[in-house]
Amino acid sequence: MLVKQISVFLENKIGRLAEITELLGQNRINIRALAIADTTEFGILRLIVDNPQKAQKILEEKGFTAKQTDVIVVKVADRPGGLSEILKALKDFSLNVEYLYAFVKQSGENALVVFRIEDTQKALDIFREKGVEIVSPEEIYKL
Amino acid sequence: MIWNPERECMKREELEKIQVERLKFVVERLYERLPFYREKLDKAGVKPHQIKSLKDLRFLPFTTKEELRQGYPYGLFAAPLDQIVEFHMSSGTTGKPVVGGYTRGDIDVWSEVMARALSSAGCTSRDIVQNAYGYGLFTGGLGVHYGAQKIGAKIIPISGGQTKRQIMIMKDFGSTVLTCTPSYALHIAEVAEEMGEDPVKLPVKIGILGAECWSESMREEIEKRLGIRAFDIYGLTEIIGPGVAQECEERAGLHIYEDHFLPEIVDPDTLEPLPEGEEGELVITTLTREGTPLLRYRTRDISSITYEPCGCGRTIARISKIKGRTDDMIIIRGVNVFPSQIENVLMRVEETEPHYRLVLERKRGLDDLTVEVETNPEIFFDEVKKLEEIERKIAKEIEEEIGLRVNVKLVEPKSIERSAGKAKRLIDKRALK
Repeated sequence: MLVKQISVFLENKIGRLAEITELLGQNRINIRALAIADTTEFGILRLIVDNPQKAQKILEEKGFTAKQTDVIVVKVADRPGGLSEILKALKDFSLNVEYLYAFVKQSGENALVVFRIEDTQKALDIFREKGVEIVSPEEIYKL
Repeated sequence: MIWNPERECMKREELEKIQVERLKFVVERLYERLPFYREKLDKAGVKPHQIKSLKDLRFLPFTTKEELRQGYPYGLFAAPLDQIVEFHMSSGTTGKPVVGGYTRGDIDVWSEVMARALSSAGCTSRDIVQNAYGYGLFTGGLGVHYGAQKIGAKIIPISGGQTKRQIMIMKDFGSTVLTCTPSYALHIAEVAEEMGEDPVKLPVKIGILGAECWSESMREEIEKRLGIRAFDIYGLTEIIGPGVAQECEERAGLHIYEDHFLPEIVDPDTLEPLPEGEEGELVITTLTREGTPLLRYRTRDISSITYEPCGCGRTIARISKIKGRTDDMIIIRGVNVFPSQIENVLMRVEETEPHYRLVLERKRGLDDLTVEVETNPEIFFDEVKKLEEIERKIAKEIEEEIGLRVNVKLVEPKSIERSAGKAKRLIDKRALK
């Protein structure tokens, strides 16, 4: 139930992001969601794509440092308070959210949100218990 | 002003007589007292009584920095411990530091040569000397201190750092002589300007600057911005500290105090002595040192020598301003650093062969080193804080290794040039020469 996210190391140089998206486009890889974490000197680009294995291979061949990370994608009710209910559940169980970001596309009435939580197994258990809908990797790659 | 005209303006024949006597004494003493040198001399097939003239110097074996490191802590001490009154050590922690042991007599010689050096630059007992060389194991601080005490100048032993305070004290006490590294002198000018002060108006008139390489254009800049006359001083921990050689007001080379330090220039590859005027590696033999004397120490500094009398009246030889080094050692903020030290740290952290580059710049007058390290799967993590932690960890380990704070910057793989032979690891943007 864990989706593979691709993380790429980026120096803060003009054009790096454009290069990566061009590269993926040329290789017919579709980006589902993305986020950038930035500092003064470098950034980490995080991508959910339809074919993570292929994406990593292509990026590495071109000299990028890319890694796969396990993340959880959940359906969040698309109304005010939707996200906060989920975060409260995590807080009650003392789980730390490393980061999160949302998808470009929706799934019906729901927003799709990517969570990176250190203790993924525990997070999965809590989400199941609380009836939070987890999206399977297959579904994500097929979107 | 000439502190010791009797010695500094001697006829060369008389100077050479003193040098030969002292050389014979040193070789004999070392042969008798120090196993390290007895073995070296035996291996070279040289007996002390064979040294009869300065020409015989070439038969003596050389001494290298590596041998001094291996001698840590007491292996090179020719005087018994109860005669030692002071220790100094070189910077750097890879392997072991180089140790200097000083007897009472050695401190007196140090004071004497430093008195000559300070006087050479125009410093007298009427001057207030602001000594921003580091005090401690580093020889800069105390060397200048002893010299100033000898001539009766008023010394402020302020050491380095806290530049705004330095400027305040300089103004309030009316310091007339500044002793520090050339880059620190520039840094003082920078900070003064930032404070809204005109550095030219600061009371300092004379700078006695050393412990690192600096160019004529850097001298011009320092003189212009601080409104001082800046003189070059040369020395090294292995020989005594500062005070081995000093520029006079002619500024046509640095007078080397030959009655104490016997200089040669050799070809760094063949090790053959080179004639007057030719550039090569400076080699020094200590003629009067008691604690840790050295025979033909290879300084790795590139220079040339002239025996022509100087316009100032001194007859002692002059070495040219140091042009650079024969090895890959660099000096950053007065501290000796070998790139291999940094490489060792990176290997420890990454557990793979690191692709790295050292970028040296001058920021606000001070040397600034950035270690660029290529990311690889071993050290790339999906979290910013983990990457920052890696950078911090590397920086901390490097700081522990070389004693200097550096910046660490992770860069993309393959962004650092590869080369077939020895990789070009160092980009020095400081324009020292």
